[in-house]
Amino acid sequence: MIPAAFEYYRPKDMAGVLSILEEHGDDARVMAGGHSLIPMMKLRMADVPHLIDLQDVGGMSDIEIGSDSLRIGAMVTQSQIIEHAELAQVAPILREAALQIADPQVRYMGTVGGNVANGDPGNDMPGLMQCLDASFTVVGPDGERDIAARDFYEAAYMTAREDEEVLTAVTVPLPKGGYAYEKQKRKIGDYATAAAAVQIVKEGGACASASIAMTNLSDTPVYSEAAGAALVGTSVDDAALKAAVSAMLEDIDPADDNRGPVAFKNHVAGVILRRAIERAWSRA
Amino acid sequence: MSKKMHIKLKVNGKDEEFLAEPRELLIYTLRERLNITGPHIGCETSHCGACTVTINGKSVKSCTMFAAQADGAEVTTIEGIGGPDDLHPLQTAFKEHHGLQCGYCTPGMITRATKLLEENPNPTEEEIRFGMAGNICRCTGYQNIIKSIQAAAAEMNAAKEAAE
Ligand SMILES: Cc1cc2nc3c(=O)[nH]c(=O)nc-3n(C[C@H](O)[C@H](O)[C@H](O)COP(=O)(O)OP(=O)(O)OC[C@H]3O[C@@H](n4cnc5c(N)ncnc54)[C@H](O)[C@@H]3O)c2cc1C
Repeated sequence: MIPAAFEYYRPKDMAGVLSILEEHGDDARVMAGGHSLIPMMKLRMADVPHLIDLQDVGGMSDIEIGSDSLRIGAMVTQSQIIEHAELAQVAPILREAALQIADPQVRYMGTVGGNVANGDPGNDMPGLMQCLDASFTVVGPDGERDIAARDFYEAAYMTAREDEEVLTAVTVPLPKGGYAYEKQKRKIGDYATAAAAVQIVKEGGACASASIAMTNLSDTPVYSEAAGAALVGTSVDDAALKAAVSAMLEDIDPADDNRGPVAFKNHVAGVILRRAIERAWSRA
Repeated sequence: MSKKMHIKLKVNGKDEEFLAEPRELLIYTLRERLNITGPHIGCETSHCGACTVTINGKSVKSCTMFAAQADGAEVTTIEGIGGPDDLHPLQTAFKEHHGLQCGYCTPGMITRATKLLEENPNPTEEEIRFGMAGNICRCTGYQNIIKSIQAAAAEMNAAKEAAE
């Protein structure tokens, strides 16, 4: 399987990337690790006459941990997330999720920026970033802007990023409390049948706040504000878990596919969310 | 057709230079242009791992990288790991512990395993299963692959200790 022919560019700076994007419009696309884009080009699901490889651009490969937030450059790979000891301390959910993405070879290449920019509902980091209330920095011909992860996803492969913008970094407020990223998949290397990202804060035995997002259960990731709200003020007992699961089921919209029919997806989503909340609560 | 690019690679220690279309995938460069046929084409969809090579210290499925992306990189294939007269401990262990039957996945398996043992010289069975999850084998049921990697790790650690 060989993709259709294209012109290849490897600019040394962002100005070079932006000028090629401006010149060729939606005939040009950037490539980070290529582990979503190249398979799609092979399958003719992506037509990319002008391919811009970001590997030499620089300035997008750092993980910076501040006092109230952390910033991950778009070109940081999933394996770098896993190996970063300080990151695992301050935001362990990132490592827990990255370990459940694909396999070692894919994680050496796949980047955080590519994962969140791709717009495939199967990608794990978009839901994770919605749970964490992250924001994405994009740069384009008119300069830089930040877009909240919760406002970024419009439909499958459709995001708030304009064609001539490049995503440069992800900023995450330092997460608080217990966490879990729970994923049901058929095998390693498979996308989720259902996955849940949960971050939960406990105060005096009760839930003070909870944030919940779901993966691959709609054509976008689903941040379920209502599911989180169902836990607040409770002791996260069985009734609260049931309420959170029902609230989440109202927000998702799974489709029939090779991972199963809708009824099965709803069932798995409920099981996975329950497990994720219980694990996050046990760590809170 | 797009214009050809001038690409330089260092493959198994040897400098290579050629002109290729940007869409040429690295696995084809290795197998058809450079006659390095150890890395195999299995699924061609980045699932099976038969095409695994090491690029600048990372295990990569070479069906999912353009030669142009690898321009300037160092590439190691199974041929660079050991040959018939100087088998790598992993190659010996796979032979002795029946870590293969048909052998199709073996070059990718062993290439990946060299990197796994570099990162984790003493892996548990679970760590091996997780670290080798990007390589599929349809013959062995994996058990003997795990035994082989454990045996090679023990051998390599003993050799390292003896040298110290
Ligand atoms: C076998 C296999 C299994 C996988 N399993 C999973 C899984 O379980 N979960 C999961 O989440 N992912 C999975 N993936 C996808 C993998 O994580 C991808 O690598 C990742 O989604 C995309 O990252 P990338 O750097 O490879 O992006 P690329 O493939 O380079 O790009 C993907 C898209 O994002 C755009 N893009 C990339 N970087 C930027 C940027 N900085 N700014 C703007 N646009 C950009 C590209 O133009 C392209 O449209 C799997 C992939 C494979 C091959």
